[in-house]
Amino acid sequence: MAASISPSADLSAALVHALPTAAAWLVILPVAWCLAIGALLVMLRRPIGLHPTITIIGLAGLVLIDGLLLREVAENGPLTMVMGRWLPPFGIAFTADLAGALFAFTAALVALVAGVFSLADVNDSGRRYGFYPLLMLLMAGVSGAFLTGDVFNLYVWFEVLLISSFGLLVLGSEPEQIDGTVKYGFLNLVATTLFLIATGYLYAVLGTLNMADIAKKAEGLRNSAPLVTLAGLFMLAFAMKAAAFPVNFWLPASYHTPRVVVSALFGGLLTKVGVYALVRVMVMLFPVEREELSFVLAVAGALTMIVGVLGALAQTDFRRILGYLIVSGIGSMLAGIAVGGPGGIGGAIFYALHSMLVMTGLYFASGIAMRLGASSSIASLAGLYRRHAGFTALTLMLCFAVSGLPPFSGFWPKVMLVKAALDIGAWWLAAALLLAGFLTTIVTGRLFLLAFWREGTHAAGEAVSLSPATLGPLAVLTGLTLLIGLYPEPLLALIQNAAAGLAEPSAYVNSVFPGGGP
Amino acid sequence: MKSVIFRTVAPVLTSLMVLFSVFVLLRGHNEPGGGFIGGLIAVSALAIYGMAHGVETVRRAIFFHPMAIAGAGLFTATFAGLISIFAGVPFMTGLWIYPAILGVEIPLSTVFLFDAGVYLVVVGAISSIALSLEERGGE
Repeated sequence: MAASISPSADLSAALVHALPTAAAWLVILPVAWCLAIGALLVMLRRPIGLHPTITIIGLAGLVLIDGLLLREVAENGPLTMVMGRWLPPFGIAFTADLAGALFAFTAALVALVAGVFSLADVNDSGRRYGFYPLLMLLMAGVSGAFLTGDVFNLYVWFEVLLISSFGLLVLGSEPEQIDGTVKYGFLNLVATTLFLIATGYLYAVLGTLNMADIAKKAEGLRNSAPLVTLAGLFMLAFAMKAAAFPVNFWLPASYHTPRVVVSALFGGLLTKVGVYALVRVMVMLFPVEREELSFVLAVAGALTMIVGVLGALAQTDFRRILGYLIVSGIGSMLAGIAVGGPGGIGGAIFYALHSMLVMTGLYFASGIAMRLGASSSIASLAGLYRRHAGFTALTLMLCFAVSGLPPFSGFWPKVMLVKAALDIGAWWLAAALLLAGFLTTIVTGRLFLLAFWREGTHAAGEAVSLSPATLGPLAVLTGLTLLIGLYPEPLLALIQNAAAGLAEPSAYVNSVFPGGGP
Repeated sequence: MKSVIFRTVAPVLTSLMVLFSVFVLLRGHNEPGGGFIGGLIAVSALAIYGMAHGVETVRRAIFFHPMAIAGAGLFTATFAGLISIFAGVPFMTGLWIYPAILGVEIPLSTVFLFDAGVYLVVVGAISSIALSLEERGGE
């Protein structure tokens, strides 16, 4: 029976014969782990009280796996596992290099912290509507996007995280949430479709979707294939995902409506997935085309920075301000990608990691402020300083960090980016970076002055205490920001290696094609 | 729907369709078919039953909540991929065993287990949507 159905062709030539090491499983485990925990949570419908515990254990496990992966990759170079044992360009490869592992680890850390914050933020109805399963599936999508080595697979993980994010956005089913979700969903679907079209085009031109294979093949096709068009299409699709000007309008329209912890996760993670994809495609796959497009990218980056921060200056809603600050930060990352070189790419990666921590922290702060002041508008929030001094101090530090002031994590990427821009003579880009930083300081200063320092008009002066589940996540993120700001060398070394690995992907290619490949 | 003919035929039709969906699932390894299309056929069967006898009857008949079925499917599919960890081969490598049951050799594989997971995900997710739409439509 078995013999009659097995094909007569000799399959052994199409299979990978080197068996994977135990370490190689670390590449696939973050995704499989999140999917398994998510599925388990979907099955456990009745004992809803178990959801938070299982999720936090799951996310702690994810941090551990990603941490081990990061250590392995930092010591031994990129790791690859090819699904189903098929040879690389045909089998779908998961490849973790230093950039991917750094992003995945930071994302897992942010998700764990958000999981703890959700204990106080997500009520029973949110649990019943599936907040925790959706959170785990979102993390499966995010981890997959950071670790995959295949362009179409990247598209699939974008879809996974997009679908989970729809679910998270409508949690609560209030009219304004549905309004925000429709805008978010529609514009993201346009971006995803564009990504899919670009992927189809890429396949038609190069005949492969494996990233390592593309990086190799693009070299020989530079003179004949429309690679700049391809790079341009990918750039537009990912810039839309990352909320870059002029396709940034969906973000401020939707990120202030869901639950605070959902805003925090989205603000921290989702746009950075777009930035990561942009870095991966523009820097590793199409470096020459990036040079061609760098002026467009630089102008878009500068405009994103300025438009974002001016938008933030015009808003009064705490979370809308943060939405615009995210957009402004994306501009700095685009500027880094446009400038290129170790300083530019490293600066962009550093800025993205910093932004993950800080924006999540600031969204937590907005949630706590809303709870203390019973309002989300900084016009009516006042006197928060008197209500909880510790909370005020943490928020002030995060405000400094997001403005790029020392000694916090925002300072170093900004220095790297400004220096990289000046090195290639793009003084206007450096000026835009500094101006955006200055305006961000004004935005956060205004925010802090009105919501925290101003004396409350009504008698809301008495101090309150906050539970550890509320204040702890904020304190952890602020602590990390401060730590990175004071002692950036280890992270900086990793980031520089990551940028070098992206610019010169021979280690990445070797990891996918150990024997030199086809 | 109130038609006596439809209400009488529906259970027979439903059981036939569910049976056929399992056939399509099993056939899917080497020929057209598989978990996705099989799952869709099974959902159509449940939807027909729901039209004839009401959504509540269907919910009781499938016993588990549709989303729990989808979760079980996703878990099965992930587990099927992870089995290869014990064989020391990469994620999702197809592994086969041939147990003899009642004197007949039955080929079983992780590929099939994955497909069965897909089947359950489709049955659970789509029937969840179909049943809630039918519930709203009946009001």
